[in-house]
Amino acid sequence: MKFKVDGHEVYASTGGRPFDKNKPLIIFVHGSGLTHMTWVLQTRYFAFHGYSCLALDLPGHGLSGGESLKSIEDMADWISKVIESVGFKEASLVGHSQGCLVTVECTARYPDKIKTLSLMGGAGAIPMNKELLSLAENNDPKAVDLMMDWAHGPAGHFGGHPVPGLYHINTGGMLAKSRTIKNTLGVDFRACDNYKNGFEAAKKIKIPTLSILATDDKMCPVKEGKKLADLIEGSKVDIIDNCGHMMLLEEADRVLKVLKNFITKNYPAKKVIN
Amino acid sequence: MSDKDKKGTKPNTYKFDTLSLHAGYQPHKNAGSRQVPIYQTTSYLFDDVDHAAALFNLERGGHIYSRISNPTVAVLEERVASLEGGTAALATSSGMSAIFLAVMTLCEAGDHLVVSSQLYGGTVNLFRLTLPKFGIKCTFVKPRDTEGFKKAIQKNTKGIFGELVGNPGNEIMNMPEIAKIAHDAGIPLMVDATYQTPYLCKPFEHGADIVIHSLTKWMAGHGSSMAGILVEGGKFDWMQNDKFPTMTAPYEGYHGLSFAEEFGPTAFTMKARAEGMRDFGPCLSPQNAWNVLQGIETLSVRMKKHCSNADEMVKYLSSHESVAWVSHPNVPDHPDHELAKKLLPNGRGSMIAFGIKGGKDAGVAFINNVKLASHLANVGDTRTLVIHPASGTHSQMDEATLKFAGLSHDMIRLSVGIEDIDDIKNDFEIGFRAARKPRLVSNQ
Ligand SMILES: Cc1ncc(COP(=O)(O)O)c(C=O)c1O
Repeated sequence: MKFKVDGHEVYASTGGRPFDKNKPLIIFVHGSGLTHMTWVLQTRYFAFHGYSCLALDLPGHGLSGGESLKSIEDMADWISKVIESVGFKEASLVGHSQGCLVTVECTARYPDKIKTLSLMGGAGAIPMNKELLSLAENNDPKAVDLMMDWAHGPAGHFGGHPVPGLYHINTGGMLAKSRTIKNTLGVDFRACDNYKNGFEAAKKIKIPTLSILATDDKMCPVKEGKKLADLIEGSKVDIIDNCGHMMLLEEADRVLKVLKNFITKNYPAKKVIN
Repeated sequence: MSDKDKKGTKPNTYKFDTLSLHAGYQPHKNAGSRQVPIYQTTSYLFDDVDHAAALFNLERGGHIYSRISNPTVAVLEERVASLEGGTAALATSSGMSAIFLAVMTLCEAGDHLVVSSQLYGGTVNLFRLTLPKFGIKCTFVKPRDTEGFKKAIQKNTKGIFGELVGNPGNEIMNMPEIAKIAHDAGIPLMVDATYQTPYLCKPFEHGADIVIHSLTKWMAGHGSSMAGILVEGGKFDWMQNDKFPTMTAPYEGYHGLSFAEEFGPTAFTMKARAEGMRDFGPCLSPQNAWNVLQGIETLSVRMKKHCSNADEMVKYLSSHESVAWVSHPNVPDHPDHELAKKLLPNGRGSMIAFGIKGGKDAGVAFINNVKLASHLANVGDTRTLVIHPASGTHSQMDEATLKFAGLSHDMIRLSVGIEDIDDIKNDFEIGFRAARKPRLVSNQ
C-alpha cells in the first residue's frame, strides 16, 4: 500500500492481506540498499495470521519516493512517523542488518511506541569495509556483487532457495540494483559507517527483544550480535547454523519459526484499539 | 565487518563451470546424497493444516504437488537461473511449453507480439496459427531488420520475441539494439537461446528480459529427454506503465496478490508457476529433470568441442567441390560475422546450413547415404545430426512459406556433434559421393 510521510510517498507491502487498523502492527525494516521484497517469506505469514504488516521501502528505495535518509537517527525518526501516518500508536519492529541499527535506535527514542523488537543479523555498529563503501558511493555494480558474495554463507552460495526456482544471490543482487546504487547502497553504507550510538541505545531498551544470528554471517558475526544482545535486558538470542547474513532468504523457514514463536508470545494477535 | 575477513575485492561467487555442477543443491539437506536425488513423487506431506494453508497462500516456500513444483526439478531451475545470471526459472515438459507459458503469462486476448520471422518451425506455427486462436496476434519481422521491430510495435504490443541466431538461415538478431527498442516502448524482450546455451551467450547481459530454452537440445546434450525452461532476468519493471495488468493488478487467484509488487525481480516466474503451471500443467518429470542435470554438468566441456568441430566443418565444407554455399556466423562473408563475434565470443554454435550442388535430388541422396550422421528431427545432440528441411522438418510448408522461413531446396541443416572430426568428414565424403551420382547409388 502507499501512504505519505513528510510529503513523500511511501510504499509498503502488507503481506498479501488488506491493511487492517484493528490488528496489531508489525513493521519490517530492510537492510542496506535492499527493499521490502527481502521479507516476503516472513510478512505473508504474519499477514495471514492476524497481524497488520508493513514491509517498508525506505525513502528513495524500492517503490518509495523521496531521497534516501542520510543517517540511522533520521531513519529511526522516520519509522516513528510511519507508525503515526498509518493511524497506529504502537508497533512491533523487525529489522535486518542496517534495519537492526534503525530499529534499535527507534526503540530507544520512542520506548512507548515499540512493543517488541526482533533483530536479524544485527550488531551494535556496522563499520564498513572502506573499499566496499567507496565502490557503492561511486555507483559501481561491483559493490552489489561483493555484498551478495559476503552476505551469503557457504551453503547459501550453492542456492537451494525455499521457494522453488528462485536463485537468491541473483535475486538479492537485482533488488540492490533496482535503483541507482550510489543513492541507495552508497547512502546506506555511509549511514551505517557513521552510526556510533548502537550500544548506548541498546542499554535503554526494556521491551522483549530477540536476536537471530547466523553462524556463517561475515557481515555481522555472531560475536558482534551477542555483544549487542548482552546490553539489552532479558534479550533472547537464537543462532542458526550453516547460514549467512541473508538468513531471511537463506533459511527463511527456520527464521520464520523463531520469529513466529517470539512475536506470537510477546505480541499476540488480538484486536487492538487505536 | 572488518577488512581482514574479506577474501579480496573480487566477488568470490562460484563461476560458470562450478555452477554447472553445484548450483541449486545442498547435499546436507538431502541425507548427504552427493548426486541430486530423484524425488519421484506427486505430492508432499504437510506438517499440519497451518503449514498447508501457508504453502497455498505463498506465505512459505515449499512443495505441494509436482505439477506446480518438485525438488529435483527445482534444482534444475536454480541451476539454469544461476548459469544465465537470472533471478528465477520455471522448467517445463518441453521447449514449446516454455514458450507457450511465457506468452500466456505476458499476454491476454487482444494483445500483440512482435516476432522474428526466423524461428524454429514449431514456434512459427505457435505464433502464426495457434496463438491467434487465443486472441493473441503477431507481426513477423526479419531478424536483421532492426528498425522493422520498432515499426511493428503497436499500442497493444506486450513484447518482442526472437531467436538470437535464426533457424535455419543463421541470421543474427541485433539483441542489444532490439532490447533498447523494446525497453523504449516499455515492453520486454524474450529470447529463445536454445542454440547458444549460457556457455556461448547470456542474453540478460545484452538486454533480454526473459530467456527460453529447449533443454532437449545442447543443455542436456544426450538427446534422451524432452525439457524446456523459462528464465527471468529480473530487471524489467512491470509497473513502469499500465501495459501489464496481469503482472501488476490484484490477482483473484491468490487473495488479490500483485505479483510485481510482492515479488519484483522474480514476479514473472512466480506468476508463470502460480497461474500458468497450475492451470495448463506442462510440468517436467523429475526423471527428465535429473537427466538434463547430468548433461548440464558437462555443458562447457561439450560446447567447446561442439564449437571446435563446427569450425572445422565450416572450413571443410567451404572448400568442398560438392558444396554450393555454407551458412554459419564464422564464415567471413556472413553478413553478421562481426556482430556474431561480439555477441558470441566463446564460439558461434554448432548449427551449419549448406547448399548441396545438384539441388533437391542431391540433398536426398546425401541424407540417405551418410552412415555416422543421424538423419532425424532434432538438433543439439552430442551426435552429429543432418536433415534436409525441404523434404523433412518443413515438408508441411508450401512453397511460399518455405521461402518466408528462409529455406531452399538444396539446403542441408547440420548439427555438428562431438565425435572425432575425421570420422564426421569421412562420413560426409560418402554422402557427397552419392550426391554427385544420385542415380547410381541405391536410395534405400
Ligand atoms: C530453437 C528452438 N526452440 C524451441 C524448440 C522446441 O523445443 P522442444 O522440442 O523441446 O519442445 C526447438 C526444437 O527444435 C528449437 O530448436
